[in-house]
Amino acid sequence: MKASVAGYARAQSLGHAFDLLQSAQGEAVVIAGGQSLVASLNLRLSEEALLVDIRHLPELRGVVLHEGVLRLGALTRHAELAQAPLVAEHAPLLTQAAPLIAHAAIRSRGTLGGSLANADPAAELPACMIALAAEILVRSAGNERRIPADAFFEGLFTTALEEGEIIVAVDIPLKAAGDRHVIRELTRRSGDYAIVGLAGVKSVDGVRLAYFGVSDKPVLAAGAMTILNSGGSIEDAVSALQDDLDPESDPHASAEYRRHLAAVLLRRVLADMTNS
Amino acid sequence: MSQAAFEQLVDISLTVNGERVEARVPAGRHVVDFLRLDLGLTGAHAGCEHGVCGACTLQIDGEIVRGCLILAAQMDGAEIWTIEGVTDSKEITDLQDNFVERNALQCGFCTPGMIFAARDILTRHQGVPSREDIREHISGNYCRCTGYEAIVDAIETTARARNSEQEAAE
Amino acid sequence: MSIRFDNPDRPNSYIGRTVPRPNARRLVEGRGRYVDDIVLPRMLHAVFLRSPYAHARIQSINTEAARAAHGVRGVFTGADLAEHCTPWVAVLAHLKGLKSAPQHPIAVDRATWTGEAVAAVVADTRAQAEEAAALIEVDYEPLQPVTDMRTALDPETPVLHPDLGDNLTFQREHVSGDPAEVMRTAPVIVESRFKTGRHTGVCVEPRSILADYNRSEKQLTVYHSTQAPHMMQVVFAEHLGLPEGAVRVICGDVGGSFGIKVHVYPDEVATATISKILGRPVKFIADRLESFATDIHARDHEIDARMALDEDGRILALDIEDLTGIGPYSVYPRTSAIEGNQVVNLCGGPYDFANYRARTTVVLQNKSPTCQYRAVGHPIAAAVTEGMVDLAAEKLGLDPIEIRRRNLIADDAYPYTSPANMRFEGLSHHKSLNKLVEMMDYPALRAEQAALRENGVYRGIGIASFIELTNPSPFMYGIGGARISAQDGCTVRMDPDGSVVAMSGVTEQGQGTEAMLAQVTAEAVGVPVQRVRVITGDTQTTPYGGGTWASRGAGIGGEAALQAGRALRENILAVAGAMLQCAPETLDIVEGNIVDLGTDTERMPLSELGRVVYFRGDTLPKGLPRELVVTRHYITSDYPFAFTNGIQASYVEVDPETGFVKLLKHWCVEDCGRVINPQLVDEQIRGGIVQGIGGALYEESLYDTEGQLLNANMADYLVPMASEMPDMIIGHVETPTRESELGAKGAGEAGTAGAPAAVMNAINDAIRPLGGRVTSMPMTPERILRSIHHLPE
Repeated sequence: MKASVAGYARAQSLGHAFDLLQSAQGEAVVIAGGQSLVASLNLRLSEEALLVDIRHLPELRGVVLHEGVLRLGALTRHAELAQAPLVAEHAPLLTQAAPLIAHAAIRSRGTLGGSLANADPAAELPACMIALAAEILVRSAGNERRIPADAFFEGLFTTALEEGEIIVAVDIPLKAAGDRHVIRELTRRSGDYAIVGLAGVKSVDGVRLAYFGVSDKPVLAAGAMTILNSGGSIEDAVSALQDDLDPESDPHASAEYRRHLAAVLLRRVLADMTNS
Repeated sequence: MSQAAFEQLVDISLTVNGERVEARVPAGRHVVDFLRLDLGLTGAHAGCEHGVCGACTLQIDGEIVRGCLILAAQMDGAEIWTIEGVTDSKEITDLQDNFVERNALQCGFCTPGMIFAARDILTRHQGVPSREDIREHISGNYCRCTGYEAIVDAIETTARARNSEQEAAE
Repeated sequence: MSIRFDNPDRPNSYIGRTVPRPNARRLVEGRGRYVDDIVLPRMLHAVFLRSPYAHARIQSINTEAARAAHGVRGVFTGADLAEHCTPWVAVLAHLKGLKSAPQHPIAVDRATWTGEAVAAVVADTRAQAEEAAALIEVDYEPLQPVTDMRTALDPETPVLHPDLGDNLTFQREHVSGDPAEVMRTAPVIVESRFKTGRHTGVCVEPRSILADYNRSEKQLTVYHSTQAPHMMQVVFAEHLGLPEGAVRVICGDVGGSFGIKVHVYPDEVATATISKILGRPVKFIADRLESFATDIHARDHEIDARMALDEDGRILALDIEDLTGIGPYSVYPRTSAIEGNQVVNLCGGPYDFANYRARTTVVLQNKSPTCQYRAVGHPIAAAVTEGMVDLAAEKLGLDPIEIRRRNLIADDAYPYTSPANMRFEGLSHHKSLNKLVEMMDYPALRAEQAALRENGVYRGIGIASFIELTNPSPFMYGIGGARISAQDGCTVRMDPDGSVVAMSGVTEQGQGTEAMLAQVTAEAVGVPVQRVRVITGDTQTTPYGGGTWASRGAGIGGEAALQAGRALRENILAVAGAMLQCAPETLDIVEGNIVDLGTDTERMPLSELGRVVYFRGDTLPKGLPRELVVTRHYITSDYPFAFTNGIQASYVEVDPETGFVKLLKHWCVEDCGRVINPQLVDEQIRGGIVQGIGGALYEESLYDTEGQLLNANMADYLVPMASEMPDMIIGHVETPTRESELGAKGAGEAGTAGAPAAVMNAINDAIRPLGGRVTSMPMTPERILRSIHHLPE
């Protein structure tokens, strides 16, 4: 089908983008790489859309070390995540995750900010942000705020972003020597959304385990983490997943199968952390 | 400022296959329709229009993309290459020869997109990629006719030939 | 002159050689010409508004806002089109008792599946037509849908078409021997239930049509992505009230078809009707989402099977109870009863046994209509048969190869009539099996499997024999009253420069028909293959024919080309004899030159003969025939179908923790008679195998109990992709049919016929030690896991 778009405007600066959003009185959406948005427009999931194009704004670009964290501009593309040496050094979870996202012709265009704002519960990057304890930097015309990743994702395609706000960057704590980053997912076909996926980070503070594909948003497996971080056994952690996760059934998999796979992934990710 | 800042018809200036193009496009028109309807470049095919089938794969600003997931309105200043352009430039004649020789296409509808995916791994990969790497790199491109093996063969053959040429040159 | 197929050094030896396809080059350069690439002056775009309900009465339709929308040139309801286009009823006389209801191009008062068209908009652009379609208001009264085929015939289930009396559209039982008695007394009985998933074809080019009715000429020209241009010519003429001669169907490049594009689709007929009403070209390109709901589906079957054997593992009897749901209408004009009928005809097909009962029950339901899709019925019959053979082998402790050796029809048993009354002229099951065992090094693979299992790696080997129905005679459709040609023709012409044009009624869908025709024509006439141009897909310029279906292109169209080429050669030699003043029998044509027979001494190029015939005919003897255009037709007559056979093997690894399957390798040995182009045949097999794997592992059109299609998009409906597919080793045995000089049978469906059975048997071989067994397709990881691991429901 053909997209129903009422108007397009290319933002010349971040300030211009905020002006455009304000002028549209809540009717406008931000477009960057467009890899989820244009698909949904072509499916006519929204009508008469007004688009604010931020793809060219230099202030949203860049992969840098900034005040002791790794700062990734919102326009960082998945292909760049996979390649960037700073990412490989300080957040190798993302280096592993990027090639799992869709296919080369999408990774070349899709952006980090777009993936996070879209908040697909089966997507890799939102879960990675939670596992990494990242903070999401959000700006609006008159304000800037930092939102911890596990508070950012609120539900199916729903985030803590408010009207007029744009993601500008994410800040990621640097990996320390000895930390372990592992992501695993189970997909029917390479590049598909995961039936179940698990992003895990092990540091001196313990493990952080973020599941994707098991709920309407990425989920921190808090119970399992508590057990593991207090010296409990892997099988006790697996049992705790019963309470941590409440997956739903859909045409791809039943809730019970997802639960089962979540347990399998936990064992595998923990083994990877030990072996790597 | 008001909603008047949003345009329903957007003026863009870009290069397509090395030629300068100026156009005024509807804000919702994707790149495949722009190429097909405005420029008569029918080599890009719309197979699904939701970014899955890969039949519309082409090159924008040096990277392969899905033409149906990009709006023409975003193309101001862009550089687009389509199957027609990379054919005329003869840069992939060897790949096309191998597709024909190996019968790596049947109905041909997916082929222009597949060629771009193939060209991408041939360009990016140092040396000869493994069959698994080739399969992974074309894994976003549907082909319902061939079963993929002939396509993998054609790409592998091209990679080997290019690699031995390169080694001979060194 | 008969072709010395045994002599590879013969002149003009194109038959049996890999020759690149003449049309491949332009496709790799993006120069294909698909329907959507064609733009005509004053062309409009059609969009259909489709029912969101599986079953609903249409109370009223308000099209006012849509008519007023920008760019809109017309809005049409079912009632509007019913004044211009007659409805159709898809039945065939030889399928006794088959019944269906009249179907209109757009639903008139009732929508019967989610996706049935209820109105059409035509506008200057597709985008405008879509905007306007969203403005049409339809007042529906939802009706109770019939969705579960198991309860479709229950008294409390509503009758979908009250005029038909019930939801049973077709039933056929075939009995031979005394299967009931054998089942009572046989020492070994195995039984199982199988399910094959309802799925569809997903051609990457969606269904496409551009209809152009020219009032001044009273001519309808239809550019159509179709497999059967002549059939469509008849259909448009009949239902739009036009003489057949006033309808021209042109079929250029087709972006995949697989049986999907051999049927009459209501929206396509509506497009032609609207063009006739408006007198303007109207284009309809199905959107991908509507394709999932409106392309025909197939293979929605549940089968209960029982097999009786003796203690030595010889099959004594087979009993098949098949149930299938076909949607609300039998699909025109081939009907939706053929698939069930094929299950009855094909179960047990490779094996030598006497007692057989099979019954198919075909019911109506409020889902997308089903009809013939690549390898119609074969994958179902093969999965059931081969699944039962493996089950019997397991019970008897026999190796899967050994039980097949004991039961496959002997290679010297032909002609042979199967218990389903299928007549086999000549098959090669044992030769094929032996070749397969050698190709895959079966003993070594078994050893590897056993060694890995010690390490907790679960691999499995699956074997599946199959038969494939090809080269159909009028027994398939013609005898039932359908105007579908089983005969095909070829016109071969030599032009002044000595080049040759071949025009054929069979069509090109990418399988290589045009390459095949060029090779056969080149060898028959005696010219280099590059000098043959092939024209297909135009009802006004090619001889009448059937097009592409049931693997008939090479066997039927190829033989017509061979005979036409031979006849042209004779005509050329007669002229050459006059010019060179010698007997034509002493001359030959080799690589485009007239030569002395035997010595190949060159006498003159064909271009010289062409120059004289076309421009200096005065120099030839008066009255000398100089006809350099010849047409020949071919139809099979000794057998209703030319059956082929083959055997496949699949090697898989199952992850017992997740149920995920990795396809490691696949083999196929098949016998399609004379192989005209080995590469093209191999690629048909490979492509067919992967389509079969799609049905085995991935593809299913999922409905809820209200008849809503749940996965009508490419992200949720999974088809095989490159990363997960195995490399495939293909081998051949050649048993040419004696019905034609060419000896070719079909190869287009063999891969699809056998692959699901081979993969199913391989998975079950892998998980047998874990106590698992799956017989429901698609065999998703969840289904596999559930068979080996307890999961709460």
